[in-house]
Amino acid sequence: MSSQPTLRTDDLSVTYTGTNDVEALCGVDVEFPENQLTAIIGPSGCGKSTLLKSLNRLHEINSSVEITGDVTLHGESIYHTDDPVPEIRRQIGYVPQTPTALPLSIYNNVAYGAKIHGEFDNSDELDDIVETYLRKVNLWEEVHDRLETPAAELSTGQIQRLCLARSLAVEPDVLLCDEVTSALDPISAERVEETLADLKSEYTFVMVTHSMNQAKRIADEVIFLYLGEVIETGDVHSFFENPQHERTKRFITGGETPTTDETPTTDETADGERPQAAAGGVEQPSVTHD
Amino acid sequence: MDRYATQRLFETLARAATALVVGVMVLVVGVTIARGGWALLSEPSLVFTPPGSQYMLEGDGGFLHAVLGSLLIVGPATVVSMVLAVSTAVYLQSDYSSDRFSDIVNMFLNVLWATPPIVYGVFVLTVVIAIGARTSLFFGIVAIAIFQYPIMTRYTDEALRSAPETVKTSTYGLGATRFETARMTVRAALPGVIAGIIMGFARGIGDAATVLFTAGRSTNMPGGLFEPATTLPILIFDNSMSFNEEVQAHAYAASFVLIVAVLGLIIISKLLAGRFARYAPGVHR
Repeated sequence: MSSQPTLRTDDLSVTYTGTNDVEALCGVDVEFPENQLTAIIGPSGCGKSTLLKSLNRLHEINSSVEITGDVTLHGESIYHTDDPVPEIRRQIGYVPQTPTALPLSIYNNVAYGAKIHGEFDNSDELDDIVETYLRKVNLWEEVHDRLETPAAELSTGQIQRLCLARSLAVEPDVLLCDEVTSALDPISAERVEETLADLKSEYTFVMVTHSMNQAKRIADEVIFLYLGEVIETGDVHSFFENPQHERTKRFITGGETPTTDETPTTDETADGERPQAAAGGVEQPSVTHD
Repeated sequence: MDRYATQRLFETLARAATALVVGVMVLVVGVTIARGGWALLSEPSLVFTPPGSQYMLEGDGGFLHAVLGSLLIVGPATVVSMVLAVSTAVYLQSDYSSDRFSDIVNMFLNVLWATPPIVYGVFVLTVVIAIGARTSLFFGIVAIAIFQYPIMTRYTDEALRSAPETVKTSTYGLGATRFETARMTVRAALPGVIAGIIMGFARGIGDAATVLFTAGRSTNMPGGLFEPATTLPILIFDNSMSFNEEVQAHAYAASFVLIVAVLGLIIISKLLAGRFARYAPGVHR
């Protein structure tokens, strides 16, 4: 790996408790290098989002999750610490899959993080923060003349870039992105992807993606999860050109077939190259979830 | 009977049912508005005039005491109930309570909602007697607040549940505390929350049974927090049983005031909801 790991997991296991306990992640040891984009890929239900949410303790907003092992940020545990959880999430931000405008103006969406964390001294400074981050996600030109209008009136793709700006404005060390292009039309997805590609040298991104093409295009590192376990990790070129494991080979060639002992649903089997909404950028037919 | 005959029969029945309901509603509201409007328009000062000494016998003066009584009871009760209801509803969401706990609380709230208001009246009256107090504005406020609480809580809870879950995860993902997140969720659900509060207010201002035993049936202007007071619904009840036509006419005029007030509230709630809906996430064009 070319950079020092910013974030790493140490024997991380996550179990959803309830009427039936389901172990979603099992003994995961992975590293996320600094200022690189790490893509987590794998079939549906393999624990990608679970892994992402356990990296900033987002599971704790629901009570029915049990987590063992640890996650460290710059060598410090995020699970065994006296810091309040919001401080951890401030350092490790999260962007959900569904583009979500907070019920505020465009301006206040971007300013929200700075406001709750008291990161500014006067309104000029706040104006600067808003402009800086809207520019970073290439949204400034489109919205600078209507910053006070409700953010919900933007298009879905614009909202997703706004979400990125809002998360970056908190100045996190790591940003977790959960399939941030999957709810977008192909053109909007491409724009979000371009934004991530532009920013990845400045930030540490961890991105869950359904689309292998997307991982190939913008990731530096890839983690392949299957049924809650890490099958293979590596830099994007060696991962796709020279996969070490049989299961990885089958997954990336789209020939994943269920085995007798661990049978994923049919939905999962073809997941590798399934034409998801934004799976292949513009070359896919326009399928949106809205 | 063939499929299309069944379809026609169903449509006829559905139309008849709708016509019946709308017809009855138009009749009730129409008669009240016509008679009440006539009574009120021929003497608009009724609303602003305090009752005279012979009010119940001859209808001298107006019913300002009941208008004020209604506002002074239902206004504070709505504020108290709103604070309690929004707090409870926030606490019932998944980041504070388990599903099991909130299901049980919601079941109790539904029972409370369905409890006839007279039961609240009697309950508060029991307390009034137990502590040796007498019926007053204050106990009217308490009884109405108890009556409004389950209605507002259920409305707010449903509104918060229908707000997108991702508002919560987004806000938490930015490092917000649970309180900051709850504020954002309430904002996202504001049209529904406002509808619940207005509905609670409208139900409160229209209810007679709750205040009957708790606030008294005064024909004087409200004199203080611990003095008896009356409200419009009680005035309507009392006046409509009078043999004096003038007094009866006041009952219709008061009904008119109530209907117009409730209609006004619903319009205000629609306007407010529309205003905040622009900010509601998930409304994409």
